[in-house]
Amino acid sequence: MNQPGKGMRVGLFATCVNDIMFPSAPKAVATILERLGCEVIFPTAQTCCGQMFTNTGYFSAGLATVRTYVEAFDGFDYVVSPSASCIGSVREQHPMLAEQGTGSTHASRHDRALLQRARRLAERSYDLSEFLIDILGVVDVGAVFPHKVTYHPTCHSLRVAHVGDRPLRLLRAVRGLQLIDLPDAYTCCGFGGTFCVKNPDVSVAMASAKAHNIIATGADYVVAGDNACLMNFGGLLHRDRASVKPIHLAEILAESRTS
Amino acid sequence: MNATTTRVTSRDAARLTPAPPPGLLEDSPVFPIAAKRELANSQLRNNLARATETIRTKRAIRVAEVPRWEDLRTAAEAIKNATLRHLDDYLLQAEANLIKAGAHVHWARDAAQADQIVVDLVKASGVDEIVKVKSMVTQEIEMNEALEAAGVAAWETDLAELIVQLGHDRPSHVLVPAIHRNRAEIRDIFVEEMGRYGTPAPDGLTDDPAELTAAARQHLRDKFLRARTSTSGGNFLVADTGTLVVVESEGNGRMCVTLPDTLISVVGIEKVVPTFEDLEVFMQLLPRSSTGERMNPYTSMWTGVTPGDGPQNVHVVLVDNGRTKALADPIGRQALRCIRCSACMNVCPIYGHVGGHAYGSVYPGPIGIILTPQLRGMSAPVDRSLPYASTLCGACVDVCPVKINFPEVIVHLRHKAADLKKADRRPHMETLVMGVVGWLFGRESRYTWVTTASGLVGRVLKAGLDGRQKFFGWLPWPATRWSQARDLPIPASQPFRRQWKKRSSSPGRTPEGLSSHDRDTEVRP
Amino acid sequence: MNARDEILRRIRAGVKDVRRGAPVDVPWRYGQPTPMVDVVGRFVERVEDYKARVERVATPDDVPAMVVTVLADAGVTSVVVPTGVEDTWRQAVAAAGMRVVVDDPPVGKAELNEIGAVVTTASVGVAETGTLVLSHGPGQGRRVLTLLPDVHACVIRADDVVSDVPEAIARLRPAIDERRPLTWISGGSATSDIELARVEGVHGPRTLLVIVVG
Repeated sequence: MNQPGKGMRVGLFATCVNDIMFPSAPKAVATILERLGCEVIFPTAQTCCGQMFTNTGYFSAGLATVRTYVEAFDGFDYVVSPSASCIGSVREQHPMLAEQGTGSTHASRHDRALLQRARRLAERSYDLSEFLIDILGVVDVGAVFPHKVTYHPTCHSLRVAHVGDRPLRLLRAVRGLQLIDLPDAYTCCGFGGTFCVKNPDVSVAMASAKAHNIIATGADYVVAGDNACLMNFGGLLHRDRASVKPIHLAEILAESRTS
Repeated sequence: MNATTTRVTSRDAARLTPAPPPGLLEDSPVFPIAAKRELANSQLRNNLARATETIRTKRAIRVAEVPRWEDLRTAAEAIKNATLRHLDDYLLQAEANLIKAGAHVHWARDAAQADQIVVDLVKASGVDEIVKVKSMVTQEIEMNEALEAAGVAAWETDLAELIVQLGHDRPSHVLVPAIHRNRAEIRDIFVEEMGRYGTPAPDGLTDDPAELTAAARQHLRDKFLRARTSTSGGNFLVADTGTLVVVESEGNGRMCVTLPDTLISVVGIEKVVPTFEDLEVFMQLLPRSSTGERMNPYTSMWTGVTPGDGPQNVHVVLVDNGRTKALADPIGRQALRCIRCSACMNVCPIYGHVGGHAYGSVYPGPIGIILTPQLRGMSAPVDRSLPYASTLCGACVDVCPVKINFPEVIVHLRHKAADLKKADRRPHMETLVMGVVGWLFGRESRYTWVTTASGLVGRVLKAGLDGRQKFFGWLPWPATRWSQARDLPIPASQPFRRQWKKRSSSPGRTPEGLSSHDRDTEVRP
Repeated sequence: MNARDEILRRIRAGVKDVRRGAPVDVPWRYGQPTPMVDVVGRFVERVEDYKARVERVATPDDVPAMVVTVLADAGVTSVVVPTGVEDTWRQAVAAAGMRVVVDDPPVGKAELNEIGAVVTTASVGVAETGTLVLSHGPGQGRRVLTLLPDVHACVIRADDVVSDVPEAIARLRPAIDERRPLTWISGGSATSDIELARVEGVHGPRTLLVIVVG
């Protein structure tokens, strides 16, 4: 297979949710990127993008994760992640947090350097779909997935990371895959980080509406680029014994079997 | 009517106008509690779902017609930003031009002062009733109740506001305040209440919207014709001419700004725009964003007193009521760009599920959760809860005609709320959890305790190799907030970092813990 | 400190951080036309979209007969006209058997409320949005005239129809400088307050009749 990633050293940002709950997604990213010739490295110094803290208003905890992110990935030309939401946080929030840290009266030279590093690193951080299409120039990754699939475009992939239709283009190139339009696809599933526990009733109402639309497609799989969202409506689909299974985009793109 | 009637809160006691629900909005329950209450009302959810879907579709069609839509939004954002940074100059310019045009200008620091000014002006005009144009700022200062307490009946004339007023209710939407009511409910309200406050509903009134609208026309006609004093808000106040602009649909606005002798316009200080020409931007953005029309049926523009035409006694009350507090916040001030189009609430999935009453705020939806805590401050529990009434999905950002970055302000206000909680003597669960998890996740060395523990949980519960295979169906409090309706996958028995470590230490071999497709991978380091 | 001074002081204190910054650039060219092939054609189409009746006549001489036709078709029996409306229009309407009242001296509210229709001119038409703008000078009269009667017949010259809002605003600047009120009318009065179902005709005239001349 064509190896456009030859000579590229890529830092894999697994994200905490995938590390702890869904390791198959970052594994699939490694599989795809290695297949395309990249050297994939998982720097163990990484922890989390910190948006859980930042978005709840706890900026100092968020700033600590900016440091872990910068320390883990500073040496890489590219950072790739199976979460557009976490990449969005890296791009939008990390510089903001570093700047807030810099703005305090106790800011050290170290903090000011952090802002510069966070900004530059944000520019080199990619969601999987962006990296494949924009950097490697690949739409067909050689995947085979002979199933009916419906795609949920996550809010942060659309409106923070701005991945646009890249995931759909990748899915359309998968052999055997039958893509079914999801009604009301662009509406939030109600996860929202800590929103799902701070406003559980509204969150469940939103997830139910999403689950209803997913089931209505009759698809075998519902795919998204973010496991947090999949976990949200997936948890509801599982409770309701729905047959449709949540799956991460990377897992489909890593499938090369013909079964 | 008796002008000496004192304010009474009981619904059945001798009031001039229908009593709204008791209590102050600031004392409303926190958003999650109120939202749960509203979610239980399936009729409301049906009404809302249909209405917001309709209006979203209309807006999208009308916006798509304008090739320069993005340029218009950028221009509007810039005009508002430029105005806000010199707001004092523009207000003084507007004031000077209004005075030159024969209007009287009043300034009010807060709601109480604005109400007092209006009450005094109404009393001085010698009336015990007024007609009013729908206006958000008069809701904000609770002007109707101040007038009622002073023995003056304030009649709402916008159809939806009339439905709300006659229904002893509160508005639930900026543009369509009765969006939570369906036609059958409206018919019942009209039949029951119209006769108590003026021309009764016609006999045999059905729930046909045209018939209901005709009943409202009939009910209000007499009030319009006899009114000697009215109040309005203002969508825009043009600094370089002193012109006020009221954008509306039904003609009730025209009635109110044309027929009476005295007109009192209550205007938030952020409504000023520098020049008449700036209206060319806003008059393209507002109708399409708000009702999804190319242009709203009626827009009235007037500059002070027009001799021989309309009210000859014209007053403008400029209201701060927290706006200067918002203005002083470099991130929060963008909320003052808002032109009250309501597009943000129409696309908000949370508003769409719970409706406006859940917010305990005159302004519901995305604009409400960023504006109200700034205007009112965050001392009330409901105001601290509002910034959390968002998933940060960003749908509102895409439609906002003045490009307010809602998530940015929301996160900023959450930061403020979190700091308040930290400073609180009472311990908060959220502060505790965020403190502990933040500490754990702030260093790799501590974070690996978490992955080790989660892996242990996964192995003990025999999650198998694929984390998706097994779920928790029940979780202890407070995780019940998740598990009440959703299962939770049991954590992976092998966290990713552990799998990676094993893989790296045994090159060329199929590592333990990789799922089937990984084993098919040809390329291995 | 009085409220005015206090609010001004709060504003000045609040914007200190941006006050001295570079001026905000407003990336917008004011007063530009919106490109369209047939401005008057677009105007007609867009006004009709609001369920208003639109008629085109070739010359000013054709107006009186058309005014009579549209009013008669609407079943009107009494008409008010502002001063400054062409005598020929008034005479034609009277000759057709309708009662004509001239707003000189000004007609009272109660009487206006009983009159069936009003005939006026308009200052500007906006093609893209299907809007008529009255600046309430001669021929257009006091604002109340076009508010209480249930039918509004409005005559506009094709030359006064512009492409879009920016051109309209530019044309209306002199009227605003004279402190004349403006009424922008796009179709008849309407509401969508009940289940967002559009209902034509609430408080303003329920019927709008437009005659485009030239």
